[in-house]
Order: sequence, then structure tokens, then C-alpha cells
Amino acid sequence: MGKENRRAVFILMICLGIFPFFIRSDYYLSIMIFIGINAIIVMGLSLLMGYAGQISLGHAAFFGIGAYCSGVLTVKLGFSIFTAFFCGIFLSTIMAMAIAIPTLKLKGHYLAVATLGFGEIIYVIFNELLEITGGPSGLSGIPSIHFFGYSFKGGWRYFYLVWTVAILLLIFSLNIIHSRIGRALRAVHGSEVAAQAMGVNVSQFKIQVFVLSAIYASVAGTLYAHFVTFISPSTFSLFVSILLLMMVVIGGGGSIWGALLGAGILTVLPESLRAFRDFDILVYGIILMTILLFMPEGIFKGLTLSLIWMRKKW
Amino acid sequence: MDEEKMVMPQPILETSRLRKIFGGLMAVVDLNFKVMPGQIKAIIGPNGAGKTTLFNIITGILPPTGGTIRFKGREISGEKPHRIAQKGISRTFQTVELFGNMTVLENVMVGRHVRTKKGLIQSGLRLPGVKREERLVLEMAQEKLEVVGLMRRANESASGIPLGEQKLLEIARALATDPQLLLLDEPAAGLNETEKLRIGEIIRKIRGSGITVLLVEHHMDLVMNISDEIVVLNYGEKVAEGTPEEVKGDEKVIDAYLGVEIRYA
Amino acid sequence: MSLFSEILQFVFTGLTIGSIYSMVGLGFNIIYNATTIINLAQGEFVMFGGLIMVFLTVVLKFPLFVGFPLTVIVVMAIGAVFERFAIHPLRNASLLTLIIVTIAASILFRGIAMFIWGKDPYSLPPFTPGSPVMIGGAVIMLQTFWVLGTTLAIVVLTTLFFGKTIVGKAMSACSFNPMAASLMGIHVRKMILISFALSAGLGAVAGIVITPMSLMDYDRGPMLAVKGFCAAVLGGLGVGYGVVLGGFIVGLLESLTAGLIHSGFKDAVALVILLFILCFKPSGIFGSEEVSKIKKF
Repeated sequence: MGKENRRAVFILMICLGIFPFFIRSDYYLSIMIFIGINAIIVMGLSLLMGYAGQISLGHAAFFGIGAYCSGVLTVKLGFSIFTAFFCGIFLSTIMAMAIAIPTLKLKGHYLAVATLGFGEIIYVIFNELLEITGGPSGLSGIPSIHFFGYSFKGGWRYFYLVWTVAILLLIFSLNIIHSRIGRALRAVHGSEVAAQAMGVNVSQFKIQVFVLSAIYASVAGTLYAHFVTFISPSTFSLFVSILLLMMVVIGGGGSIWGALLGAGILTVLPESLRAFRDFDILVYGIILMTILLFMPEGIFKGLTLSLIWMRKKW
Repeated sequence: MDEEKMVMPQPILETSRLRKIFGGLMAVVDLNFKVMPGQIKAIIGPNGAGKTTLFNIITGILPPTGGTIRFKGREISGEKPHRIAQKGISRTFQTVELFGNMTVLENVMVGRHVRTKKGLIQSGLRLPGVKREERLVLEMAQEKLEVVGLMRRANESASGIPLGEQKLLEIARALATDPQLLLLDEPAAGLNETEKLRIGEIIRKIRGSGITVLLVEHHMDLVMNISDEIVVLNYGEKVAEGTPEEVKGDEKVIDAYLGVEIRYA
Repeated sequence: MSLFSEILQFVFTGLTIGSIYSMVGLGFNIIYNATTIINLAQGEFVMFGGLIMVFLTVVLKFPLFVGFPLTVIVVMAIGAVFERFAIHPLRNASLLTLIIVTIAASILFRGIAMFIWGKDPYSLPPFTPGSPVMIGGAVIMLQTFWVLGTTLAIVVLTTLFFGKTIVGKAMSACSFNPMAASLMGIHVRKMILISFALSAGLGAVAGIVITPMSLMDYDRGPMLAVKGFCAAVLGGLGVGYGVVLGGFIVGLLESLTAGLIHSGFKDAVALVILLFILCFKPSGIFGSEEVSKIKKF
């Protein structure tokens, strides 16, 4: 995956490893957990959007499918956590294929609308299937994860769990990017007709990357459900899908690291603005606009460019 | 002009009564022609004669309305482009279709896609064999860049290099697929004299390595210089076929280009 | 009320709200046709239209015929400022980034609105006072006719503008090929600015006419934007009657679904129908195939 990436992953692992030793408060740990969960979804989205050049305006739906599968199957049907987890992945895969295959031929805004529509349909399903999902009042009592009697109930244990999964997926993603698959995806983004002429089965790749990104979101959904133990449809709305999109773009669409950065910033920002009360949306809007105006290619690109510029000066 | 005579009796590419109709327009009309292995064959004709359409049909981008195409004796009409690439036909494009979001070297590496096989899971998990395959891909890509003389630009962004070199890059990329038949769509378009000569040399080099070349071109000097045989199209129909000498003097060809009969004293 | 009257009632409600979607969709299309950008802050122009009108006529007690144009002008100015300070500087950024910018702007606008007006909904007195009329057993408020009438007027005016005037045709030229347009003497920057101002003005009109019927609060924008976008895509992203019919379809479907089936589905029904139509006719009901192939987004 390249020396630089390997080094960066290593540094990230060290930083995350020692984090709970310095920050013990449950509040900050849970923020980091949410960042981790969002990061997982956003890495998948980044592969889809940044590398393969597709778009999804309904990704919160896959997040929700993972969460609700885990929640409903463990609470209502007494499935084990692992079974429920794999069911979530399975269902997300099927749904992703169900959208991807017919929309393959659609470009740009048509694909966007299809994913938008899908997101809304799933959201309505979560809201309306009262018996299964609990509807707008949500589903509670989701058990926390346990392996062989060791319980992962919040705090630093869940922090390590979530970030271990996140780092593993990060390594997986970086491996893909630096392989023939990654090049094929980027080729599809660059010129579909040329990619085909070079033997890339464009349709198959589009479906594969879409399904992969849906699986990432589903995994995050399971982790989310077992952490908060109570889920409701509002967490999986269009607003959230757009927020995920913004994380990718504002962080830096063309790179996995950018996506991680975006997840971090756009998870922390709304939290930290709570203090502002009536001003919070206003300040949020101002900050977002400022970031976009000064770093239109995303914060990651913006920061690396600034670093290069600074190195030149000194 | 060197000619390597390959002892293969059957044509590497053969079309039979090929036709393509768009709405009311007959773009390709009952076209019969063949390309022998090891040849450099050129397709010429006025604009709108159906040349690029023909390429698009051969490479699977457009399905033919009728007729057949045989590659190495097997029917390929209606196959998808990526399958045709697998079978051994590669191409360049009239308006350069590079992967602007990747470097020069990476563009050529994509060419190796069709000859490699590690899948999504294997690549993601970096299973054994992936590393070796990657190394081979890198080596072969560098080799092809050497053939066209672009190694020094390897790590530059493909969209940033000048047009002449972009065309060379497309050729390197197509070569990386290890084709047996290479289709070049106006390789000399937009190039100056020096660049044209270079392209001519490279095309000869390519044929020398055993690859058959079929090219569409408007630059007559290049065509006359390097082709073994020429096919002339006009309004989708074959108007003449033969060696450069035969075609040069053909009245129908002169007609097609000038629309006027010229008699020489 | 008989079933027929009930359905008629839903139809009127649907046409009314559909008119608003049409106007939002029209606003989308004007900007899209000049720039290929999908302006997701379009709904906020509607919101500002309503709320600013409330401020001018209820608080400052301006009469209707003064408040109306004044509000439209103010919102047009907001649109122009938006273009100048947020869109123009990013003109070389990717299309996706620009669309995200419009989302950020929508958040910003909502923040400003919440700051000024708080979270409460506001109302306007109807344009013509009087009791509702009965048509076929359905109860129709007088304001409905204002809404439908205004929509009709707007559609006629914009069709004339884009079809017949030089400025209108110039605007369409810009998105297809800005360089060629500029070489033909069209001042592309100005065209883009005008398209934003015009869209904003349209949004404002929609906001003003609908507020007497369904109130207005700071958060209305996003839902209107989504529905208006559906109307726009259904209509083929053009600036003619397609988007209006698209809007009516969305509005009717929503109203009938909410009334006859279940209100929980109403927000999704528009998108589902849109998806369905796109499967069969990707350029929208009224769009043309060739044109849609050229359009970039």
C-alpha cells in the first residue's frame, strides 16, 4: 500500500491505542466511538464516490439496515449477535444489488435520485413497520456485545472494538486502492469507455463497489446499535445521508484519509456547537461555508497543500 | 518495408456483409474485408465514411445491425467490449480517452487489467500472490512505456502531458493488454511532422513484435508510407482495397475524395 | 362528505402544493440550465419569501402590493449575493463540491432564519379576505386560486422569457458551452448571476403565496427542495411546462396518498414514482432523450 500509508496507519494505531489512557471521560470516549462508526461508513462511501466516481444520496439506509437487523433480530427473535450481524450484511448486499443493477445505466443526477428514493423508502419502512421496528418511537433494549463472557459495554472497551474494526477496514481499503481493483475503479471514474476497452467489466465493478460500500455502512450500523442500545428511524434519514456525503466531500473526496478527516470533523462539530443554543445552526453553516470556500477540494487536500507551501517557504 | 510472413492461412479479422444502420442512416453497408495476421492495414475515406463506427462495432461498443465479424475464426459481433479486449483486440481512440485522474504509469497499468486476475477480496486482504502480480504489472507497464519512449513521464498526471505524448500513452496502454490485433483510431491526428514520423516508427515496431495493426487515418503520407494494404470507405461502403500503389491510382478513390473525375493526360 | 368531494378536496390540495413544487422546480431548472448546478438551497428562497413578507406586512404594516415586490427584490438580492460570494469563487471546483456548497448555504440560511425568527411558524393574512367557496362539495380556500393563478402567470412569463427573449436564450447557451457562449458575446458571469437572482425571486413568490395557507417556518426549505427537485427531474429539467406538470403530479400523488392511503408514506411517494418513471423514461416524462444526453449532471 505504499510506505507513507503504512507509516500513517501505524501512527494512527499508536495514537488510538494510547488515547483511552489519557482521556478517561466517557463523554469524549463516546465521541471518538461515534467518529469511528462514521469513519467506517465514510470509508466505504469514499471508495464509491471518490475512487469509482459514483454517487449515493441514500447511504444512511444501509447504515439503518445494519442497525435494525442487529437490533430486531437480537431483541425480538433472540438471534445471537453474530448471526444478526451477518444477516445485516446479507440484507444490505441484496438491497445494494437491487439498486445497483437497474441504475447502472443511469448517470449523474439520475443515479443520485435513485439512491435518494431508495433511502426514503427504507426510512419510511423503518417508520411504518411498527410491529417489527417499533416505528418512530424506536427500538430499545438492544444487548451489548459480548465474546465468551467478556462484555463490551461502552467506555474504553467499545472504543477499542470500534477502532479495531475501523483500522482493519482502513487497511482493507488501502489495499484495494493500491491494487488492480483500485486502478480499475479509478479507470471507471476516469473514462468508462476506455476502461471497457482495457477489459474492465464496468457494470460488474460498479455493482461490486456499491455493494462493498453498503457492507461498510451495515457493519457500522451493527456497531452503532449495540453501542447506543436504542435506535430510531431519525438516525437514518435523508439528512444523515447528506451529512455522510458532506463528510466525504469536505474531508477530501479523492482520498480515504480525507474521508476519515471528514468523519472526524463533521462528528465533532455539531457536538461542540451545542453550547451556542440558538446560534448553533448559524455557526455550523458559517464554518461549513468557510471550509468549502477556502479548501474546495476538501480539508485533506487543503492541509497537504498548505504543508507543501509552508515547506517551500522555510 | 520489412514483411514478416506468418504461415497462417486464415485472416485474423474478417467482416462479412457487415452493416450498421442508425435510424435512417446507413453508416456501414455490406462491408466485406479481411486483415491478415502480421499486416499493417489502413482504412481511409472522407469524413463520415463510417470508419470510427466500424472500429466501434469491432470493439463491441456498438452492436452491428447485420453481418458478421470473425476474429481468429470466431464470431465476435455483439460481444461486450471488455470480453473483446480479453480475446485480444485493443484500441486507441480518436479523441484521446485517457484516465486523467491517474498518472501516466497507472494508465498503462490499467492496460494489464485484462491479463491479471486478483479479485476484490484477494486484493483487499493482500493475500499471497497479490504482491507478485502487482510487481509483474508494474514491470510490464514500464516496458510498454519504454517502447513508446515515455518512461520519463511515468509519475506525471496523464492529463498534464502534451497531446502528442497523450496519443503515445494511449498506444502504450493498449499494448499492455497484450493484444494480437491493435486498432489505432487516427493516431496521427493533431500531430506535427516529427511526431508523425515517431508514430510511424512505433507502429512498425509494434508490427515487428507480432501484433497486427489496423488503423484509421487521414494523413496520407503516413498511410502510404507504412501500410501493407489499404481499404477505402465512402458512405459506409468499400470502394477499393489493395496495396498503396493500387489504391493511389484508383479512379473511384479519387472520386470519393474529390467528388470530381480527373483525367490525366 | 361524499367520497367524490373528499377526492376533489385532495385534488385541490394536491394542485396547490404541487404549484409550489413547480415553482421550486422551475427555480432549480433555471439555475441548472445556466450552470448545470443543482441548487439545494432553493427551498430556502421560498422560506425567506414567506418570512420576509411576514416581517414587512405584519410587523412593518406595509400594504400587500408594496410588501410583495419588496420581498421579491430582497430575496433576489440574497440570491445574487449567494452567487457572488459562494458560487462564483468556486466556479472551477467539481460539480459535486458546488452542490455541497449549496447544501452548506441552505444550512447557513436556515441558521440565519432561526436566529432572526426563531423556530415558530408564522402566518400571513390571505390576499383576499372571505370565506372559502364550495366546489362539488369540496371546501376550497380563496388563497388557492391565488396560488394557482400565480403559478400559471409565472410559467407563461418564464416560457416567454426563455423562448423569446435574447437574455433567456443566452442563459440556456451558457450551460451547454460556456466558452462558445462567451465567444458569441454572451456575458457568462452576468447570465449566471441573473439565473440565481431569478430563481431566488421565483422561490420568494412561491413562499409569499403559500404562507397564508400553510404557514412558514425556518425549516421548510429542505423538504420543498427535495420535492421540487423531483418535479424538476420528472419534467425533464427544462424550463417549460414540463416542470409544472411534474410539480402537479408530485403534489397530487402526495395529497392523494396522504388522504386515501396513509400519511406516513406521503413524503416517499414522490420519490418512488420518480424512480419508477426514470426506469422507463430516464429523461423524465417531458424531457427529450437527446437533450438529456447532453446535460452533464
